[in-house]
Amino acid sequence: MESKLNLNQGLIDSARSAAKNIAENVQQFIDKNTTVTVERTVARLMGVDGVDEIDKPLPNVLVDNIKEGGGLSRGVAFWIGNAMVNTGLTPQEIAEKVSAGEIDITKLPIADEKKIMDAVYETAKMMVERIKNNRAKREDYLNTIGEGQKPYLYVIVATGNIYEDVLQAQAAARQGADVIAVIRTTAQSLLDYVPYGPTTEGFGGTFATQENFRIMRRALDEVGEEIGRYIRLCNYCSGLCMPEIAAMGAMERLDVMLNDALYGILFRDINMQRTLVDQYFSRIINGFAGIIINTGEDNYLTTADAVEEAHTVLASQLINEQFALKAGIPEEQMGLGHAFEMNPTLENGFLYELAQAQMAREIFPKAPLKYMPPTKFMTGNIFRGHLQDALFNFISIWTHQGIQLLGMPTEAIHTPHLQDRMLSIENAQYIFNNARNIGDEVEFKKDGMIQKRAQEVLAKAESLLKDIETEGIFDTIEKGKFGGVKRSFTGGKGLAGVVEKDEKYFNPFIDLMLGGVK
Amino acid sequence: MEGIQKVDLTNVKPYGDTLNDGMVQMSFTLPVPYGDEASEAAKQLVSKMGFDEPAVVYSKDLGVGYTYFVMYGKCTHTVDYTTIEVPKVDIEFMDRHQVEDYIKENIKRDVVIVGACTGTDAHTVGIDAIMNMKGFDGNYGLERYNGIEAINLGSQVPNEELIAKAIEFKADAILVSQVVTQKDVHIANLTQLVEMMEAEGLRDKMILVCGGPRISHELAQELGYDAGFGSGSFANHVATFVVKQIVERNLI
Repeated sequence: MESKLNLNQGLIDSARSAAKNIAENVQQFIDKNTTVTVERTVARLMGVDGVDEIDKPLPNVLVDNIKEGGGLSRGVAFWIGNAMVNTGLTPQEIAEKVSAGEIDITKLPIADEKKIMDAVYETAKMMVERIKNNRAKREDYLNTIGEGQKPYLYVIVATGNIYEDVLQAQAAARQGADVIAVIRTTAQSLLDYVPYGPTTEGFGGTFATQENFRIMRRALDEVGEEIGRYIRLCNYCSGLCMPEIAAMGAMERLDVMLNDALYGILFRDINMQRTLVDQYFSRIINGFAGIIINTGEDNYLTTADAVEEAHTVLASQLINEQFALKAGIPEEQMGLGHAFEMNPTLENGFLYELAQAQMAREIFPKAPLKYMPPTKFMTGNIFRGHLQDALFNFISIWTHQGIQLLGMPTEAIHTPHLQDRMLSIENAQYIFNNARNIGDEVEFKKDGMIQKRAQEVLAKAESLLKDIETEGIFDTIEKGKFGGVKRSFTGGKGLAGVVEKDEKYFNPFIDLMLGGVK
Repeated sequence: MEGIQKVDLTNVKPYGDTLNDGMVQMSFTLPVPYGDEASEAAKQLVSKMGFDEPAVVYSKDLGVGYTYFVMYGKCTHTVDYTTIEVPKVDIEFMDRHQVEDYIKENIKRDVVIVGACTGTDAHTVGIDAIMNMKGFDGNYGLERYNGIEAINLGSQVPNEELIAKAIEFKADAILVSQVVTQKDVHIANLTQLVEMMEAEGLRDKMILVCGGPRISHELAQELGYDAGFGSGSFANHVATFVVKQIVERNLI
């Protein structure tokens, strides 16, 4: 693609190389550690599911048993494999016996290493095969019934009741939506377990459970077949259970996952060591399952100013890109995020937004960029809000964004009503259709406001990344350079769940999934 | 002016393009399939709401057997504007500099304000707008004020933790932001905080303020707060209220 912004390729390369070094440094830390949720994920991927009599998930029961026995640094896979060799039971049966108090898993005699490995890999490969089949099924759908044009229209449902969500999701799909995101109930990101079964209660959203994933997947396949368009399902792979949600999504053929390397640290006050280890495994799974990840740079602009802090968005996109590459996610699955969040009273604000969106497009040419709507300056004036969303849609079609999270005129009032979604879809369809090729026709004035703005943001991002490269990401976050939020290395939630691996630790799924289908 | 009717404030009704035409625009969805029967149902419903000449100007099939309407109707009801009384934070608001001077002259020490989005609420946009340095829409936040120590605890803070922090920092005032109000979760949460503060014997020693898009001063007072601030409130409004209360209640 020819640059319309006259961006300096040398600066882009320098920024990217700094981001690469930043990720490289953190990766050394990540590789030395595991966490309780990473291990629960391994248990889930080996087939452990269900809850005990007090609704505690069996993956938690199993991992807690291993942690109490002092065995977590060896990894859950080893202990499950050892128990399989000892008892001849399946991982699920073993978890049930641990729950019943009949097995204390770390106290079993240690079996022959080769036998353990064979048992683990045989089980793990079955799950890998299942996920591969899900991926093939998605591709089959895309080849047969097809999909909507980009930018995909992305809407949320958030009733708290999965069955009500289904009704709203099917309505939205019939109206033209391409991606349905089921917003999670507000507190779920801070739960150190994943709830179980279908749920009908939630605040501001619906619990992410494997059964809810299954129910919505079935409903979207049904409506997709009917209208002749594959409908993608999105959920939230963030919080204290990032990799577990990724595993559940891979098993139930989700297509899109919110999955940011830094978001949990900055905006949910989750400990940085915990999140960085968790995001790695979650992204390996998402990458392997063909899931498009969405990063959360839009959030910076809800706490910081979109004009002054635009470069932090680009810097974070570049860091997220490098972390994603480390986890084997191809560019085509990187829905790097940004947002239309400038104050609508700002003179020429539209031009700055256009510059930022076009810049992201040029720096990440293959990524299905995720563009987020105005929220911070939505006021309850639904009529002006509808116009703000229209300008947002206009920039999206102009700059070829990948995934358009549709703004709602009733943003800042309530979670969307049924008709709000229809009005927003209509808004986007009108503008996307009416201005489809504007980006191919219009160029920007040399050294004009738009070019200069993009060049300035790039230069500031490059300089920030160089600083971070010197200081390291941990110090940078401690100093509050992202989103104006300060977090300490040992503060926040979930640090107790981080465990250093011992020399014999293994996780078969990193081996089987990293780098995609082999 | 000759020929133009004067507004009768004891019998007020909506204005479209002529006084007392009562014109109201509305939009809603009915869970019935698109068609003539749907439009008739919408008209009958709007009649029952007290509108004359209900008119469906637009309707659309929402795709699941439901129909969306844009409608007009002439309101038949009136209200007496002259008898209306709304409880408000009834003080003259000072700007940032006036608040700073007021603290210097009357309190003569730093005022400590602790704020948070409590319970499950993860939406910090409100508390950030009031507390963070940058503020909102050109109005600086409390962190910017000389003489105010503003501590923003962020989102999803349990009430227990908020109280513990307020004690730790010797707070003069607590600000609670509640944005998510689905199923009235904010009411339970706000009530719990008041009860816990009363149980700890702190309620009279601290100024307790809540805010959010669905919060009114009236609701706040009903729940046992000193004040409530809704949409369109800025840091100087909250600051004025807090510093004046400190002086009035002799919490200096």
